Amino acid sequence: MRSVQALGAVVLSLLTSCGLADAAEKQGGILRMYHRDSPGSASIHEEATYSVNIPFMPVFNNLVIYKQDVAQNSMDSIVPELAESWAWSGDNKTLSFRLRQGVKWHDGVPFTSADVKCTFDMLMGKSPQKFRKNPRRSWYDQVVDVTTSGDFEVAFNLRRPQPALLALLASGYTPVYPCHVSPADMRTHPIGTGPFEFVEFKANESIKLTRNPDYWKKGLPHLDGIEFTIIPNRSTAILAFVAGQFDMTFPTEVTIPLLRDVKAQAPNAVCVVAPTNVSTNIIVNSTSPPFDNADIRRALALALDRQAFISILFEGEADIGGTMLPPPGGIWGMPKEILQTIPGYGPDIDASREQARKLMRAAGYGPDKHLAVKVSTRNIPVYREPAVILVDQLKSIYVDGELDVVETANWFSKVARKDYALGLNLTGNAVDDPDQSFYENYSCKSERNYTNYCNPGIEKLFDRQSEETDIAKRKQLVFEIDKKLQEDVARPIIFYSREGSCWQPYVKGVTIMVNSSYNGYRYEDLWLDK
Amino acid sequence: MFAYIARRLVLMLVTLIGISIVIFVLLRIVPGNIVDILFAAAGYVDPSDKASLERELGLDQPIVVQYLHWIGGLLRGDLGYSYVSEKPALDEILPRIPITARLAGLALLFSAAIGIPLGVISAVKQGTRLDYGLRIFSLSGLSLPAFWLGLLILMASVALFGTMPIFNPNPKTWTEAIAIYCIPALAVGFRSAALVMRITRSSMLEILRQDYIRTARAKGASEAAVNYRHALKNAMLPVITVLGIEAAFLIGGLIVTETVFNIPGVARFLVEAIRWRDYPIVQNLVMLIAVVVVLANFMVDLLYAVLDPRIRYTD
Repeated sequence: MRSVQALGAVVLSLLTSCGLADAAEKQGGILRMYHRDSPGSASIHEEATYSVNIPFMPVFNNLVIYKQDVAQNSMDSIVPELAESWAWSGDNKTLSFRLRQGVKWHDGVPFTSADVKCTFDMLMGKSPQKFRKNPRRSWYDQVVDVTTSGDFEVAFNLRRPQPALLALLASGYTPVYPCHVSPADMRTHPIGTGPFEFVEFKANESIKLTRNPDYWKKGLPHLDGIEFTIIPNRSTAILAFVAGQFDMTFPTEVTIPLLRDVKAQAPNAVCVVAPTNVSTNIIVNSTSPPFDNADIRRALALALDRQAFISILFEGEADIGGTMLPPPGGIWGMPKEILQTIPGYGPDIDASREQARKLMRAAGYGPDKHLAVKVSTRNIPVYREPAVILVDQLKSIYVDGELDVVETANWFSKVARKDYALGLNLTGNAVDDPDQSFYENYSCKSERNYTNYCNPGIEKLFDRQSEETDIAKRKQLVFEIDKKLQEDVARPIIFYSREGSCWQPYVKGVTIMVNSSYNGYRYEDLWLDK
Repeated sequence: MFAYIARRLVLMLVTLIGISIVIFVLLRIVPGNIVDILFAAAGYVDPSDKASLERELGLDQPIVVQYLHWIGGLLRGDLGYSYVSEKPALDEILPRIPITARLAGLALLFSAAIGIPLGVISAVKQGTRLDYGLRIFSLSGLSLPAFWLGLLILMASVALFGTMPIFNPNPKTWTEAIAIYCIPALAVGFRSAALVMRITRSSMLEILRQDYIRTARAKGASEAAVNYRHALKNAMLPVITVLGIEAAFLIGGLIVTETVFNIPGVARFLVEAIRWRDYPIVQNLVMLIAVVVVLANFMVDLLYAVLDPRIRYTD
């Protein structure tokens, strides 16, 4: 036996030395990527689009992070970063972190617990330093304060247990910022502890990052730098990728129809299609006529032929679900057997629409009296195109929709002041966790609750699931809540889009996340095999 | 003549002041300001954060105060700060001017260098197959949208050469540098060349029918002398006018070209700035374009007097 084992060890070492085992990562090279638009600023905390995450996540570290080579973000894939370890208190109301020592900011200043406290005090609005915008302030509603104990221990003290806090901290949207750099400077010249240092950001032109030679993870990153060329015109960008001028497309930016073109013109390119966890949904102003009538709202939901949207817009490649992204990509989405019990989700569209027409007739509408309504939407293609299909589908239930396109500058103000009757909206979910989705979109006091949906009973369920530490029990609660939200027609979800990402065959180590478009861009383990 | 120039300068100043008021007011009438856009990018609206940002950017001031603040800065050479990038507006605008100037200059050069000779040939060879061919060429130039032509050029470049002329601030070779500017300039200059060709042709046809042209031929002048020394010089007046107008409208055409070829010039930057409601950038860029257009028109008027001695500007 010993001789067999010895022989095996010799063979293995021979294989490794000859490179016949897994190829070793190569050091060097600049990753060239195009960027779809010019980000508003370089400050991840102040923006809400992955146009900022993708170029600037490599500059930072979080306390904890979703493992970057695991496609599905989950509690099981959360690994240490600036925190070496963490622990919950016995009552689950304090989350303590032991921080990594010897880490430096890119300007040489040592990283300490004060930086963590600074960051989260700013996020919670408790710091004299203010962000211009703070889109994720509500994520920390349960955090009473952040306390430090020495330079390398920090604790988050909560009002009540919230296991999801770890998920929120692991998001690409939650980097740790330095105390000694102002928010204004972070918008134009971000300083982080991450694998890449910021070099320059020329608006509408390019973003350049260079390797951090003092990165605390020895041997990483593999790349010498990353260069983003800003090309808003998608045709030009895709052509440039096909011509080999870029190593990678902008992640999740290649539409399903375009993917075919890319594969035809660049057959060696590696392309993957993944869910983005961005839902296309209908916002219904439930407190003003005619949609204050619950039956009319229900009729709306029953009229939807979701598969038609998917066939027309995505050639069949998209997902149907509720508030949470459905499996297999999503962790918390209702399984098919529960989904199909919800009115409007069943396979028999004609029967659903007949039911819808009955409800409309009971409300006084019919073939001779249609309901005229404006269908508002943002004036960009990803909003407009499904809105056109929605207007067409509503005709089947005596609703004459008129498309009302609204410029981006006015869209959020308009929906925030509820100046609409019916709207087609997109909702991006930064983290695949019910706490992020439920509170942001359905909580009575949330700024993003565009529909005025307010159900104190269901908010109690939000809190119950948020406090639940047993994953299986939490899932059942989440399914129950999600089902109720869909039955209440709080915000009918039409579909979850899937988008493509492509890269040249020599680019290695790319992982596209399947349940968030905001979390997978540290790029420290990416390398170029050329 | 000097009185004429002085009068024109005063008129130019009045025009520019009028433009400054119009652009300032228009920007503020358009729904949504930079703060709305910034919050739209953040996906939420918080009224108190919004009010605080409006105060920080001076947008809560009365419109007249904001206008005077801007004009005062402009006269001092202080163009303000970009609301989006938080950098001085001058630092954002200045590096882009030479890029667009090169592109616009090349486009105008191509339109004159291609349009005028082809217009002369078409007029001289009127009714022949060459004339018809050139007229089809000019019609296609007027009909083909610049963005389509640009994309076609890029696709052909990828298909035939496996590469494409995407802007590179540091071109490695002369050929790369030429490709970066000449190909987009040709795409936008093609339409202008077509227009110049048609104007040159019709103007030449009119001049070639004049008595003095018959006299020149009768006196034994060569065809080249008749066409170029006698006819073309007099046919140039409307062509110069068109070139002046094209120079003014070039910015509109360059927006599309700069977008398709991804050139970080002034035109594309202006569109982005409008999208963001970045008032300092939009206002200053529009004023820059207005100055260029007004000056171009003035130069064209002066050129008339050079080309045609009969034209003299009186007091």
